Amino acid sequence: MITLENVNKSFSDNAVLRGVSLYVPKGSSMVIIGGSGTGKSVALKCILGLVTPDSGRILVDGRDATQGDRDAFLARFGMLFQGGALFDSLPVWQNVAFRLLRGALARPRGEAREIAIEKLRRVGLTPDVADRFPAELSGGMQKRVGLARAIAAEPEIIFFDEPTTGLDPIMAGVINDLIREIVTEMGATAVTITHDMSSVRAIADTVAMLHGGKIRWTGPVSQLDTSGDPYVEQFVHGRAEGPIEAVR
Amino acid sequence: MSPTAPLGALGRAVLAVLALFGRVTLFAVDAIGHIFRPPFYPREFGLALLNVGWLSLPVVGLTAIFTGGALALQIYSGGARFNAEAVVPQIVAIGMVRELGPVLVGLMIAARVTSSIAAEIATMKVTEQIDALVTLSTHPMKYLVAPRVLAALLTVPALVAVGDVIGIAGGYVVAVERLGFNPATYLKNTVDFLEMRDIVSSLVKGAAFGTIAAVMGCYFGMQSGRGAQGVGRATKGSVEAAAVLILAANFLLTGLFFSL
Repeated sequence: MITLENVNKSFSDNAVLRGVSLYVPKGSSMVIIGGSGTGKSVALKCILGLVTPDSGRILVDGRDATQGDRDAFLARFGMLFQGGALFDSLPVWQNVAFRLLRGALARPRGEAREIAIEKLRRVGLTPDVADRFPAELSGGMQKRVGLARAIAAEPEIIFFDEPTTGLDPIMAGVINDLIREIVTEMGATAVTITHDMSSVRAIADTVAMLHGGKIRWTGPVSQLDTSGDPYVEQFVHGRAEGPIEAVR
Repeated sequence: MSPTAPLGALGRAVLAVLALFGRVTLFAVDAIGHIFRPPFYPREFGLALLNVGWLSLPVVGLTAIFTGGALALQIYSGGARFNAEAVVPQIVAIGMVRELGPVLVGLMIAARVTSSIAAEIATMKVTEQIDALVTLSTHPMKYLVAPRVLAALLTVPALVAVGDVIGIAGGYVVAVERLGFNPATYLKNTVDFLEMRDIVSSLVKGAAFGTIAAVMGCYFGMQSGRGAQGVGRATKGSVEAAAVLILAANFLLTGLFFSL
């Protein structure tokens, strides 16, 4: 479904992606792991066109992601941002229904609000949250609203950027379970980037490790602990000693 | 250090300024193009009208009334040196409408609106809200920039008109209450002396300054660096650039209207 072929991206003299190649099958949940600053977010942003790769190809369903109708392309995606990226000036329900209030997927206002409340309920939030503003919510609630927004238009592909960062372990577990349930029930293709191993085990069908601007290892989550790759082993066990420098 | 090093540094600085000017111009052309191309966002436009226009009225009114009053006092005391005290109404009117009204309103808008737009958009950028807009199939230039630029283009001339009237009123109050002018004569002299060209120049300046103020706020906001420091730099840079460009545009427009 999603294919990255030898994607390179540099910022000034900092080569972040150095020939990333990856395949995400339709309907699967892939988790990309790797240390901070290894280019996981940049890889996702390249797929969405938020960042333009210097070279390489990105294909979605065999079609070049940079060609064709951009709105139609983006309408297939939902994304949960690391910090939520909720619009401060809009109440929660309008954040969730943002796509349903304008553009090609626009619905009547009342219907959009009902869908927003339904999606909020799906992520465990009560309808009274709908009229609050993002700044009035806790970090965990903001993540859930971000998740509700990502799934509101029922996209085929959902990206999750560090879904549990900044949350306590219980709330992180709740978000992980929600992501797994939602991805399964929607039949969506999911790509998650994280360095939280509990997220990896809860969400992933397959795992790819990004290090040094390249994919070091990829395989099913069941083989993560027996990968035999020293980089993956060091990362999974959180060891300071190993091929990955602790101070980067 | 090479003796040509200062020249090289000067050249690089000039090139950087020219490159910035080019980028801002392209951004402004793009922003104005998006005003005329759908989709349109009426809610965002309405909010921008409210923020740029209505909520700027108090600061514009206060600035204008004190300036008009001070102008009347200055012209009276200056005119007294060559027995020309009677020209206070005419000079207050021409001074406010041609110069002080548009320039002061432009600078107040730069302080109030440009900074607010730059800080808001820069914060949206550093918190990934702009990326979120894109992923939700919404063009940031259409959703964030075009409504603000159009609102400033339309409301700042109105604010300038209000500022002109309040400034003249400030001069009137000071002249009548403190300097002993006859109210009816003062008003007659003001109205008789002003020409349509003065008023048109004032409104055109308002439109130009409003556009500059909004474009600078949006440009610096969209180009913001990371973190709180990035937002701070964007805000500071936007106000500096808007203020300087407003004064430069004022010089050019004054030349265009009144040097013929």
